[in-house]
Amino acid sequence: MLSSRSNINFMGFRRVAIIFSALLIVLSLGSLFSRGLNFGLDFSGGYLLEISYASEVDLANIRSVLVDEGFENPLVQNFGTVSEVLVRLMPQGATEDTETRDRVIEVLQTQDPSAELQRFEFVGPQVGEELTEQGGLAMLIALILIFIYVMLRFRWKFAAGTISALVHDVIIVFGFFSLFGLAFDLTIVAALLATIGYSLNDTIVVFDRIRENFRVMRRGTPEEIINASINQMLARTMITSFTTLLVLLCLFLLGGETVAGFALALIVGVIIGTYSSIYVASSSALALNVSPTDLIPVKREEIDDMP
Amino acid sequence: MNRFPLWGNLLVALIMLGGLVFALPNIFGDDPALQITREDGNPVTEITLSGINSTLEAEGVEFFEPEVGDQAVVVRFPDVASQLRASEVLGETLTFHIVALTLAPRTPAWLTAIGLEPMSLGLDLRGGVHFLYQVDLDSAIDQLIQTYVQDLRTRLRQETIRNTGIEIVGGDTIQFGVMDPETMNEAEQIIRVLDPLLLINRTTVDGQPGFQVQLSPAQITERQNFAIQQNTITLRNRVNELGVAEPVVQRQGLNRIVVQLPGLQDPAQAERILGATATLEFRLVDWENDPYEADQNNRPPLGSLLRYHRDGRPELLRRDMIVSGDQLTDASFGYSQGQPAVFVRLNSQGANRMLETTQANLRRPMSVLYIEEKPELIERDGEEILRNIREETVISTATIQGVFSSNFQITGLSPFEGQDLALMLRAGALATPILKVEERTIGPSLGQDNIERGRTAVLTGLLLVAFFMALYYRTFGFTADLALFANIVLIVALLSMLQASLTLPGIAGIVLTVGMAVDANVLIFERIREELRNGNSPQASIRAGYEKAFSTIADANITTLIAACVLFVFGTGPIRGFATTLGLGIVTSMFTAIIGTRAVINLIYGNRQVERLAIGGSGFKSA
Repeated sequence: MLSSRSNINFMGFRRVAIIFSALLIVLSLGSLFSRGLNFGLDFSGGYLLEISYASEVDLANIRSVLVDEGFENPLVQNFGTVSEVLVRLMPQGATEDTETRDRVIEVLQTQDPSAELQRFEFVGPQVGEELTEQGGLAMLIALILIFIYVMLRFRWKFAAGTISALVHDVIIVFGFFSLFGLAFDLTIVAALLATIGYSLNDTIVVFDRIRENFRVMRRGTPEEIINASINQMLARTMITSFTTLLVLLCLFLLGGETVAGFALALIVGVIIGTYSSIYVASSSALALNVSPTDLIPVKREEIDDMP
Repeated sequence: MNRFPLWGNLLVALIMLGGLVFALPNIFGDDPALQITREDGNPVTEITLSGINSTLEAEGVEFFEPEVGDQAVVVRFPDVASQLRASEVLGETLTFHIVALTLAPRTPAWLTAIGLEPMSLGLDLRGGVHFLYQVDLDSAIDQLIQTYVQDLRTRLRQETIRNTGIEIVGGDTIQFGVMDPETMNEAEQIIRVLDPLLLINRTTVDGQPGFQVQLSPAQITERQNFAIQQNTITLRNRVNELGVAEPVVQRQGLNRIVVQLPGLQDPAQAERILGATATLEFRLVDWENDPYEADQNNRPPLGSLLRYHRDGRPELLRRDMIVSGDQLTDASFGYSQGQPAVFVRLNSQGANRMLETTQANLRRPMSVLYIEEKPELIERDGEEILRNIREETVISTATIQGVFSSNFQITGLSPFEGQDLALMLRAGALATPILKVEERTIGPSLGQDNIERGRTAVLTGLLLVAFFMALYYRTFGFTADLALFANIVLIVALLSMLQASLTLPGIAGIVLTVGMAVDANVLIFERIREELRNGNSPQASIRAGYEKAFSTIADANITTLIAACVLFVFGTGPIRGFATTLGLGIVTSMFTAIIGTRAVINLIYGNRQVERLAIGGSGFKSA
């Protein structure tokens, strides 16, 4: 079990942490610029068909039969089980969408009569573009609103620390999806925003304690106070991350393929968010020379000074 | 001592009781059912009801006693096979009725009577079809400007103002030059009379003095809204034909219309019906011959057409058309001298025809014929081919009460009929092209799978977290578990109350909430342990733990709530479902984790001397 009285010199390791974070970010950005993201249907537009078969099927056969019928670059993969197949097609030029759907099913049923359409999705290019814009905008607005809230509650140095932690998290989750070529669709954007919310939650809990300790431990250096605060909150940070990861693992393993990507994004987000709330947020605040006056709102100080 | 005042405990109990009651309708499940409504929106009659009973009995289909509602009759079946069989036979026997497949919740009558309903399930959980259409707003504006061009051309000719010809520039502006500068003022007067809202600019066109006439922003906005509204109505009317219970047809954003058809399995059929195009015609009624006689012989007299009203009544119409839909520029519903009326506007060409006709046919009846063309699959020589089917229906017949031309009213209708007619007129006259930009079809078995997977994920996660909390925090952990279950009950209660639909991402939101909801309790319990370690008494530690953790919990939750709100505002469909449950979950978890657990802890430890708290860790003693 976790010790509630740990005394780890977190800030002493902060140079190692900075190098580690920098490496992750360079890796993420490198992958994002060279490989890009594997945009899912929501953003790329096109067609998606989920087809169930009576027994295991050979994906290569399905792919070749589709290519023979003139479908360009079909993406064929298993979905959940060996007898479920996901076919993704890019927009097929001028062909009517209904026609595309009917033709794909026809072709696949000729090949194997047990093929049955479970799900069909078509997203036009107009929608894809708009969703990309909306997703980016949503993330930006969330960050700005959160920055304002943290500014109001904690002053700007902590707000800057919070936001750098969030940007750190978002870049690394993006990088993770790029590096492993996982489909990036609308639900992943939702997961990213939830990650922002979660990571923030963690950061704020630590900051709250730092603020409190600045008031109580008047003699410590900022580094000592931050260390003490992180240690005091360590048990809580670990337990909450543990329970959250526990349910996310359930979602990842039991929730079905449709939500697996979403759950995975959250799992990565929670792990990175926990790490960043300890290191990135606090180190940034420390780097900005945070001092008690940066934290304690003037009014509260007056109350404190009363006998 | 740690005690809530009596009202505090009562409040917690009351909220939980309310939550349980609102969540209650969700535990009963559904029956496969058919929903039967009349095409004209009137209540289903006794005759139909007995028809349903006798048809199903004759076919030997097992069914439960039909339930009569305000508009619809709902018939439940013991299994899906009987439901499908019944749908087939009733669809054939019941004309002028819509038979829709649906799931009827098994909520007991006493719950329904007080207005309680289960959560509605999203398409990804129920199966069904989702379409997103985009309305071509540019072409709506183009239609508008074309009518002005036509009218202006006619008026200029009538007033013999020679001009360089009218041309459209930049989509929303028309320009023309005047040959004789003396006629400038006269020409401007004509434009003003045409529509005072138009923005008029004197300029030089092709070396001649002339005008640039631009649509005002108000006119453009109005026309765009009109195009969307009209398409929404048309789609809604057609959706009704599809026999789907609880369809959704809604505007989304500036120029989109979303159509959701739960339970529908054939998207191709849906598209054929939704993609129909409509027009309309004004025709004189052939009042000299008996339509019923023509109907019986199935032979209309020479020079007449035999057509039917929506309720099946026959009508004879003159072969010569007065005005067709493309000459109608507006139709709106309103009141004239206290009577419901439909106000119709025609362009100048139509106005001239109408003037001639009404002068010659005063006090005679005139009808509006609504024509729909839809592609339909038919079988010919063993091959399926697409063919356009033309459906013509008389939607209104009224007596010509006076001589009129470009503006007239149709009266003698109920407000309901009037609104309907105005919409139909617009649908027939001013169809703006729509384009399908998104489709999502989910099979029913996949929906069922999604429900089961979601339920398993939520329950497993819940049990694991509950087990861990009880192990780690003992009695306190157990109260946190109670709070966790209470939280789920409250989320379900709120979703049922708001009738927000639950989707798969929504379930993911609930799962995430379960993981995060215990955070508040972890914060409080760690704080209590800390206070105990610092040598405080158990009672003081409990109090300090709850009080000191509060602002931290509030801060942390508000930021997550901000993220959820942004998602809700910017997201559509699946994202919104996730944001809804996440946001609701945060709010309810604040209540259950802070106030709920405090109430329970107070009941356990509040009113007595306590030596030790069962909060795990190293078993702290009071000093």
